[in-house]
Amino acid sequence: MAAVAPPTDGARRSVTLRIRRSNPAAGQGPSYSEFTVGAEPWTTVLDAILEAKRGHDHSVGVRYSCRQATCGSCGMMVNGRPRLACFTKLSELGDGAVTVEPMQNFPVVRDLVVGFDRLFRSHHSIRPYIVSGEADIAPGTRETPQSPEEVERYIQFAGCIKCGLCNSACPTMATDTQFIGPQSLAQAYRYVADTRDRGKDERLRIIDDSHGIWRCHYAGSCSKVCPKGVDPAMGIQLLKGHMLGFR
Amino acid sequence: MAREEDNRGGIRDMASPRRYGIERVAYWMMRLSGLGLLAYFVGHIYETSSILRGRAGWDELLAMTQTTEGHALLAVVIGMCVFHTANGIRLMLVQGGIWSGRPGRADYPYTPRSQNARNKIAIYSSIVLAAVAMVYGLTVMFGE
Ligand code: SF4
Repeated sequence: MAAVAPPTDGARRSVTLRIRRSNPAAGQGPSYSEFTVGAEPWTTVLDAILEAKRGHDHSVGVRYSCRQATCGSCGMMVNGRPRLACFTKLSELGDGAVTVEPMQNFPVVRDLVVGFDRLFRSHHSIRPYIVSGEADIAPGTRETPQSPEEVERYIQFAGCIKCGLCNSACPTMATDTQFIGPQSLAQAYRYVADTRDRGKDERLRIIDDSHGIWRCHYAGSCSKVCPKGVDPAMGIQLLKGHMLGFR
Repeated sequence: MAREEDNRGGIRDMASPRRYGIERVAYWMMRLSGLGLLAYFVGHIYETSSILRGRAGWDELLAMTQTTEGHALLAVVIGMCVFHTANGIRLMLVQGGIWSGRPGRADYPYTPRSQNARNKIAIYSSIVLAAVAMVYGLTVMFGE
């Protein structure tokens, strides 16, 4: 069978891609590499980076997996703002050069790859699972039913893919090395709002720390950059409402 | 573990009002006006303490506030005070979970419900109120 050529409307253009390079382990400080890559209207930033890797320099360090905004691996600064590379089309970014840098507020491992240890530690610290006395389902019992309204209280927060974009945009994360971060705080709310959960008191105690929830001053930048509509800022404010007794 | 480069944004990124919309601008103005008012209060305590140097000391310091620079400074203080108060009320309502929006299913294109029109109107109103108060203050001070 003849190969089918991809549809094109003649809008293919060339884009200059600037990639920040560094390798702290080898003592190599930051510099920028420039590549010229082809761009169709549907070409994503990740496609462009992979084209640069394939055709120009295979040593470019980048982490990715699903290419469909589900795994949360390819977060990076794109033209100065945290975004998922696979979820950002070059055509959204205007005509100029596109600059990609490692996500801010995360330690750089190499080039665009950052370390997630702190995010995973913070996430784990808030006990991100249903805490319930009924650990085992005894014969004859049923799953805990929930009404659609009860599900709506937490379902948007359950969509978090742990990409870290929110932590990267947060102004408190930029200055406080121990702040728990919007990702983990929003997840604390996700479980606090779940009617099956019995761990509310303990979670509130964990986040009521000197580097905990009260360090959030509601800049809202986390929600601006979240690629999954989690709206962490909302979760955090609702959580504060619980702690202040308004909710 | 491999040595990593600390890539925190630092104070410069924290204080940058660009990139994230009016909410981040309001955050930045709130911090700045808070620090400004704190500095003013310290200065104010120093100013009023000049009474300990008698009438002459008091009049001398008061005369400084009657200059063009003194009026301009007081107008800025008025602006900071009004913005900090009005935006502070908004923040109390949001952070109490009252104005923070209602959770629900997230639908593409995922507009954050916490950054609703009510919040935006409150931010712009705080800025406008501060500007009006500053203009009024300047009119009174320079009209003396
Ligand atoms: S809340 Fe949003 S931005 Fe933050 S980690 Fe989860 S999906 Fe990513």
